[in-house]
Amino acid sequence: MQAAQTAAQTVIGQRNNAAIIFFFLIVAITLYITYWAAKRTRSTKEFYAAGRTVSAFQNGLALSGDYMSAASFLGIAGMVSLKGYDGMIYATGWLVGWPALMFLIAGPLRNLGKYTFADVVAFRLKQTPVRIAAAIGGILTVLLYTIAQMVGAGSLIKLMFGIDYVWAELIVGAVMLLYVLFGGMIATTWVQIVKAALLLGGVTILTLMVLAQFGWNPGDLYQAVSAKLGQKALEPGGLVTGKIDAISLGLALMFGLLGLPHILMRFYTVPDAKAARTSVLYATGFIGYFYIIIPIVGFGASVLVGRDLITKIDKGGNMAAPLLAEVLGGTPFLGFIAAVAFATILAVVAGLTLAGASALSHDIYVNVVKKGVATEQEQVRVAKMATVVFGILAVLLGVLFKGQNVAFMVGLAFAVACSANFPALLMSIVWKRFTTAGAVSSILTGAFLSVFLIIISPTVWVDVLHKKEALFPIKNPAIVSMTAAFVIGILVSLMAREPSAEAMFEDEKLRTYLAVGAE
Amino acid sequence: MAKSTHEMLESPDFKRLVRGKWTIAIVLTILLFIVYYGFILLIAADKPFLAQKIGEYTTLGIPIGVGVIVAAWVLTYIYVVWANRVHDVEVSRLVEEMKK
Repeated sequence: MQAAQTAAQTVIGQRNNAAIIFFFLIVAITLYITYWAAKRTRSTKEFYAAGRTVSAFQNGLALSGDYMSAASFLGIAGMVSLKGYDGMIYATGWLVGWPALMFLIAGPLRNLGKYTFADVVAFRLKQTPVRIAAAIGGILTVLLYTIAQMVGAGSLIKLMFGIDYVWAELIVGAVMLLYVLFGGMIATTWVQIVKAALLLGGVTILTLMVLAQFGWNPGDLYQAVSAKLGQKALEPGGLVTGKIDAISLGLALMFGLLGLPHILMRFYTVPDAKAARTSVLYATGFIGYFYIIIPIVGFGASVLVGRDLITKIDKGGNMAAPLLAEVLGGTPFLGFIAAVAFATILAVVAGLTLAGASALSHDIYVNVVKKGVATEQEQVRVAKMATVVFGILAVLLGVLFKGQNVAFMVGLAFAVACSANFPALLMSIVWKRFTTAGAVSSILTGAFLSVFLIIISPTVWVDVLHKKEALFPIKNPAIVSMTAAFVIGILVSLMAREPSAEAMFEDEKLRTYLAVGAE
Repeated sequence: MAKSTHEMLESPDFKRLVRGKWTIAIVLTILLFIVYYGFILLIAADKPFLAQKIGEYTTLGIPIGVGVIVAAWVLTYIYVVWANRVHDVEVSRLVEEMKK
């Protein structure tokens, strides 16, 4: 009965004044930050790395801002509301990359690099081929991630604000371009901090409101879930069935994080390796907290809103959290949550654009075209041009993929990241015999194999192209493509030695472990 | 006398530092694998185990799921405490040796 009543009341899909006011408030605050940051963004170090002055706590929030996308906020809440416990299993997978990032690469990455992860891979190898290969892996990852974000953004904004899809793309593109273009990494970092605080705050309020409905006792919430949807909602269902599928997806989530350019880039905004480590600890805390409380929002929505209404508004369940906000806090709270979701999208796309632009300008233009010789002025100018190019590309891709099923693209981005970027990054840090040919072949193998395998896997071949049977049985190819990238990298490196790279390993080692010469 | 790069890299202290770092890193990564894949493979192998009730309605799977996230954070915390209290102290001592 309750669901039928709220169905008549929901204003989702209509213009919501509260949402628009909160939206303008967020845009005004972030643009003011951009104005303030623009005065501090003149050198390349400031544009790409915020002058390396970001504190560990600030970077921890910014890292969580980069990572907690609208897909994880709206998507996981929706998944829990519709699939129950399976959504919770899915949520845990998104955290486990962070400890691995800390143990395996956080310190060396900070000590060896300057602006991009390609700096680390190319440290003692031949610049031109390695930079080009690393840029291919990096840009491919960023583009796939951007497509998923932009298509999600267009549909969500259309649903929540009643704005046309193409206009939504243009607004996201224009606002985030202002941040990145004028404020560089300083503005992008602060936009991430504002967004992370809003998102964590908003979801906390939503969680507390749900718990208040159930006498502050999660047991009572589960009782209501069980009464309404059956005990099945609290038990593992069909998400994890095949062991190989689950292991492969787990590998992609765990090691994909270690190859996401927009995350890795954040390590250069802090002063040293110690701050980098501490920022990962903060980020792991914030993100872990987020994934622990988001299932309560999902379960709350399935009881207080009802699955019928959630799927009626959006088949994938993305509107579960906003609908719950409306039931618990009325139209103004819905407006606030909608604006938070919008800020989330803006911030993530800004981070991706900066990472894509740095690969184009720092890796390709400065280090390949100009062989590392470019004035400070020229570097900043090219970085800004690359930002505009990437921003326009993001909007075009968003429009081009309108209405397409892009749910697989985030999984694909993680598969490419863990197959193309991570193996070369790790081997360049720890293995003396690693060569230019080894790095290039490893990156290209990882990139192309992961894309090819996902196309012929059930994820695309069956779900998107609607063929009967997949040619490759595993939904996420990481277990094959990442392994292949390591094997190829090792075999090719062993085939021919590279004395110049081996000679520089001593300097690299000193910098990796003692930070001697680190920037 | 100040140590050269080569002397430093060949010194037992430096080798111990590097070995210690990777030992800790690999042990913690293995623990992370055990925690996460233990959880996933438990779901794949024995769903009724996680579906058993620990409260009136709460299933065992719920605290275990939360436990995986908490454990991941605890492992991260252990690494940071070790790195800041033990590793960094040794790093600054070795850097000083090179400057002398």
